[in-house]
Amino acid sequence: MGNTHASGDNYINHEKGLWSWLTTIDHKRIGLMYMIVILFFFLCGGIAAMLIRLELFASGPLFDGNTYNQILTYHGAIMVFMVIVPGIPAILGNFFLPIHIGAKDVAFPKLNLASWYVFMAGAILAISTLFTTKIDTGWTFYTPYSIKTGTAVVTMVMAAFIMGMSSILTGLNFIVTVHKLRAPGMTMGRIPLFVWAVYSTAILQVLATPVLGITLLLLAMERTLGVGIFDPARGGDPVLFQHFFWFYSHPAVYIMILPAMGIVSEIIAAFSRKTIFGYTAIAYSSLGIAAVSFFVWGHHMFVSGQSEIAGIVFSFLTMLVGVPTAIKMFNWLATMYRGSISFESPMLFAMGFLFLFAIGGVTGIMLATVGLDVHFHDTYFVVAHFHYVMVGGTLMALTGGLYYWFPKMFGKMFNEFWARISFVLIFIGFNVTFFPQFVLGAMGMPRRYADYVPAYESLNKISSIGAWTIGVGFLVALYVIIEGLMSKRIAPANPWGAKTLEWQVQSPPTHHNFEVEPVVTAGPYEYR
Amino acid sequence: MNWFLALMNTVAVNTASAAGKSFMPPVGTEIASDVDNLYSFLLWTSFLGCVILIGGMIFFAVKYKRRTDNDKTPYISHNMALEFLWSFIPLVLFLVVFAWGWKVYHDMRVMPENAFEIHVQAKQWQWDFMYKSGKVSTNDFFVPVGIPVKLVMASEDVLHSFYIPSMRIKQDVVPGRYTTLWFKADKTGDYQIFCTEYCGAAHSAMLAKMHVVPAPDFEKWLQENEEGLTLAQKGEKLYNSKGCIACHSTDGSVKVGPSWKGLWGSTGHTMANGKSVTVDENYIRESILNPNADIVKGFSAGLMPAQQGLLTEDQLTALIEYIKTLK
Repeated sequence: MGNTHASGDNYINHEKGLWSWLTTIDHKRIGLMYMIVILFFFLCGGIAAMLIRLELFASGPLFDGNTYNQILTYHGAIMVFMVIVPGIPAILGNFFLPIHIGAKDVAFPKLNLASWYVFMAGAILAISTLFTTKIDTGWTFYTPYSIKTGTAVVTMVMAAFIMGMSSILTGLNFIVTVHKLRAPGMTMGRIPLFVWAVYSTAILQVLATPVLGITLLLLAMERTLGVGIFDPARGGDPVLFQHFFWFYSHPAVYIMILPAMGIVSEIIAAFSRKTIFGYTAIAYSSLGIAAVSFFVWGHHMFVSGQSEIAGIVFSFLTMLVGVPTAIKMFNWLATMYRGSISFESPMLFAMGFLFLFAIGGVTGIMLATVGLDVHFHDTYFVVAHFHYVMVGGTLMALTGGLYYWFPKMFGKMFNEFWARISFVLIFIGFNVTFFPQFVLGAMGMPRRYADYVPAYESLNKISSIGAWTIGVGFLVALYVIIEGLMSKRIAPANPWGAKTLEWQVQSPPTHHNFEVEPVVTAGPYEYR
Repeated sequence: MNWFLALMNTVAVNTASAAGKSFMPPVGTEIASDVDNLYSFLLWTSFLGCVILIGGMIFFAVKYKRRTDNDKTPYISHNMALEFLWSFIPLVLFLVVFAWGWKVYHDMRVMPENAFEIHVQAKQWQWDFMYKSGKVSTNDFFVPVGIPVKLVMASEDVLHSFYIPSMRIKQDVVPGRYTTLWFKADKTGDYQIFCTEYCGAAHSAMLAKMHVVPAPDFEKWLQENEEGLTLAQKGEKLYNSKGCIACHSTDGSVKVGPSWKGLWGSTGHTMANGKSVTVDENYIRESILNPNADIVKGFSAGLMPAQQGLLTEDQLTALIEYIKTLK
């Protein structure tokens, strides 16, 4: 690693050797350790995605039904539990949340390291099922199929349980850090919006994840001890499982997207050289989304057999979640108004986010409309919608965020040309993959189908070609990161001219982040 | 490259017809048109929303492109009027589509009184359609044109979901209870049926065809019945052979258990714990499979053996059909 500071000391070379990394309690190093493993899991989940699109390229079977179902289960489970849920908070949140508020570290550094080990234990357990009986339930583990199938459901739900524990610990750590470790003058009205987003997410992690843990434990009990909770053959109720599951998994959707919104706020302000429009509105809409998100889970269950009145109430509440989301979109737009906008790759990804999230958002409203959702439910329309939000939203923001903070994290500049190429491939590939899936869904193609009727073939071909384009795009992004790490292009402390605290310290930061405790006298986006 | 040409051809044809149909499947019933109208409204408002958001972003990006590294930008922290507008207008729009969606959903869910009833049984991986005449058909679903049809659906194993794209209706089929669905097919023809709830290895092969035929043809088809017994007659046989007859009369007289006469559809059926139920499929199902869950007022718990696991879904359906005939 290059030395970029006169003293030459930074968090990377502060201590040496593998052992110093495995026992580190430095939030920045822990963030990097998360980055390495999460990027690896992203590669695994991505390979599964490519296999799915290979099967669906043509009508007629390539894999048998069981194999296809296993591939789609691992794609979903790895991407949700091991990439998108932990992704932004664990990598970028760990690295930047303490620096953003002017702290030396998180509140509980040892707990932070423990979170990483707990996460790794869960992840290894999850991966271990690949070598026993591969699970085929889909990432949702719906009962009673998950009770009847002969695959490693218990191991997988225990893995998700353990990773959930890690998520709770990280969330707890962030909440306490934000409340107790802000530098003098760093009021709650002056913390960057990324911190607000990760903070709102942390509240969701702490409150919602235990419900998933309990649900998965009940499922494991039902499978191992034969307790009848969800299986109707034992007097249980399979729809109850769906209520429990979505009581976590809908807030989890916001665990996935809120931190992405935080990154977008940072990037748009920095590359527009303009103070963020509606700081308070964005901050409180994060909290608003977090709060309302607990009461909308039934919109996953409009045709599940829940009562008509439940369907209507959940449809109404879901519409309410749309409002703070719309507010954020308009705020970002207003931030660009009369800005001084430059288009380096992080900004391209942030704008890509706005583009794709707008489409993901309006199709979300269509799905919240109960009479229309009856037709769209469990078709490719839903698949397209949530990929627009999860990939077009979260992964675009994560990639943009990694480019944005790369100079700070490693003290090197990445190759801007190839970074832009990666954006073009991912953005175009994404639309080519998922836009046709809206059409397939409207035409009625059900999701989780290993094979389809011939009428759906041409659009599936287009979709598969798009998917492979995305795959190449992410490989180029990986190349950009690796090439950047090995390059000799030394990054200045503040390459983008941004105003938040992390850009006021050296690149990469020292072990303690700040040589002297900063005293904050202004907001995070004082471009004037 | 043949497939590529075919692909481009399809793209062109699809794009040409897109404006009219928005890619929704052919309309097979009135409600489907209601759904499509709602969809069109949402599609156009969404398009407008995306034009404002994405178009605005591109416009600002071009107009406010960085000129020099020392560009000064104004400090605009907020604007109450604007913020109110872009919260309030979306809220109103969302509430409009919510109410509209509610109306459509309500029409889908309120079962017409005079509907023709058909039992649907789902299992890995096939659909059985049982008619009151005793006719059973697998993966071929015959319905009369122009007559409302009500489906009473049960699953023998895991979750399934019954979906007819052209009718724009879908309902999960849940093991352990009955779910219902109704539609009125307006045009004769064949329509695709899918299973849309993941159910294992052959999920994507769990397909059926709906054949909408003129009423006289349907009547004729219905009468071609190999066993010669109607569902209710099968139920009556079970009533005798399974021993229900020992405790339940069909003439109104009270034996060990309540009589079945006049039971079906009665409201205000009072339980020992004071609550009052309406006798429908799910109530009878539970009373047979797990009789002690709810005891009718004036009778004792613990006398009837639970039938959970002892009766098949077919037998349950036949018994319920028999009870329905005891007016």
